[in-house]
Amino acid sequence: MLAPATETAHQVKPATPLFEARGLTLDYATERGPVRAVDAVDFTLAKGERLVLLGPSGCGKSSILKAAAGFIAPSAGTLTLRGRPITGPGPDRIVVFQEFDQLLPWKTVLDNVAFPLIATRRKKKDEAREIAAGALRRVGLERVLHSYPHTLSGGMKQRAAIARALAASPDVLLMDEPFAALDALTRLQMQRDLLDIARETGLTLLFVTHDIDEAVLIGTRLHLLSAHPGRTITTLDVSAFDMRDLGTAAFETVSRRVHAALFDKATAD
Amino acid sequence: MSDIPVFDAVSRDPAAATAAAPRWREGVRRLTRALWFRRLTVLVVLALGWELAARWQDNPILLPSFLEAFAAFREASLNEGLLAAAVASLAVLVKGYVAAIVIATVIVAFAVANGFVRDALQTVAAMLSPLPAIALLPLALLWFGLGQASLLFVLINAVVWPFALAALQGFEGVPETHRLVGRNYGLTGPAYVRQILIPSALPALISGMRVGWAFAWRTLIAAELVFGVSSSSGGLGWFIFRARNELYTDRVFAGLATVILIGLLVEAVAFRGLESATVRRWGMLR
Repeated sequence: MLAPATETAHQVKPATPLFEARGLTLDYATERGPVRAVDAVDFTLAKGERLVLLGPSGCGKSSILKAAAGFIAPSAGTLTLRGRPITGPGPDRIVVFQEFDQLLPWKTVLDNVAFPLIATRRKKKDEAREIAAGALRRVGLERVLHSYPHTLSGGMKQRAAIARALAASPDVLLMDEPFAALDALTRLQMQRDLLDIARETGLTLLFVTHDIDEAVLIGTRLHLLSAHPGRTITTLDVSAFDMRDLGTAAFETVSRRVHAALFDKATAD
Repeated sequence: MSDIPVFDAVSRDPAAATAAAPRWREGVRRLTRALWFRRLTVLVVLALGWELAARWQDNPILLPSFLEAFAAFREASLNEGLLAAAVASLAVLVKGYVAAIVIATVIVAFAVANGFVRDALQTVAAMLSPLPAIALLPLALLWFGLGQASLLFVLINAVVWPFALAALQGFEGVPETHRLVGRNYGLTGPAYVRQILIPSALPALISGMRVGWAFAWRTLIAAELVFGVSSSSGGLGWFIFRARNELYTDRVFAGLATVILIGLLVEAVAFRGLESATVRRWGMLR
């Protein structure tokens, strides 16, 4: 792929990656002993990069994201942010979940978005509200600032969750299939808006999905995983593609290549 | 273009002909649908039935009429210490209720943290739930004597177990996403409990408090029927018992009415109000 010069520069010379996984191995305890979900996965994430973890269900992509968020501890390998190992959850890595109930129902949309800033005592209440209002304006929700989440549609809830993540200005934004529960039209619009926001703010994104088109659209780089346990298949630079390329021949070719890489691996196992 | 006037003509014609009648009928229909109107109707019918039955029966010692009972209610409130009795009952109730909620909160905190305590709580609650708390009164009298301590003992027993169970269920039902969101922002310990767990479990907590309140009120009145001598003014139950002993049946009714009124008032104003200000407004309860 022909990537813009700036993008390749990051990858050729990753001086100190912002976020790094080395030999990441994750196990789940079950009644019949531990089950390996992820096996020795490596990846790095430079500032401003959008890395998409892509694979079939059972490839451990969500587990990797949970480990990156600090919700589960690796059984082997390391995760580092700015060179420091991750030991637990923290607001420097804000997660956008797939579930609509990630907005706290007892807070208005504005207070939900201001919540991480206030909870972490980084900002005073008024200042946090101002930042929150700005973030909500950015995602097009300025009309529902004082509504409670239960009055919002699914797409609006996910927008608010993205605004909440933006307001907290994390080092890395973690997204776990945030658009999977939306209808196709809303999903397309959300992908478009997320890309615009990412370009504008230069956010660093670790994005999990099982949707190949979405992965190619959103990511600057794909990290393909096989299932049971999750192992790296390959990585792929897709920074050249965005919404305008949807449906073009080049886009189709890449999608097919990704599909082949995932599918062949799955049958070979 | 041509079909628009046709639609207009069809829709306007019947409406114009009977414009006055439906508006009147619409008003009546809306009125009969209103909850307060239905409740009021039931009350009026009950009062009428009562009044008629009492007049037909014509024995005020067995069944005083509604108007007599109402007069007795006024008289007892003003001069016979009915209000003082109600206040005395409520004072004991609040004491026991608050103590019970505090005790239950401590138990639930341990139960949430520790699996053994959790199973123990469920076992004890399951044992005590078929047992009316008032059945413990004889034991309480034996242990604590005739006094407020015995009342508080049965009262606390009536509230602790149902509330603790409801609260435990509420905390265990907090969605995983809420927990993860809280942890994501680095919330731990008391801040996590206060800002995530309690609001998320609030529907269950309020419903537990409401059930606990209903149990407490019934248990207290029942206990006071057995004895109310300890405190100077007695309580509502004692007021009812004394009135019956002196064959002031109209005052018995006045006492019963007070029990009902206070019960309804707390339910409709305190709990309903708390719900509409919180969980209903947040869409956590329909």
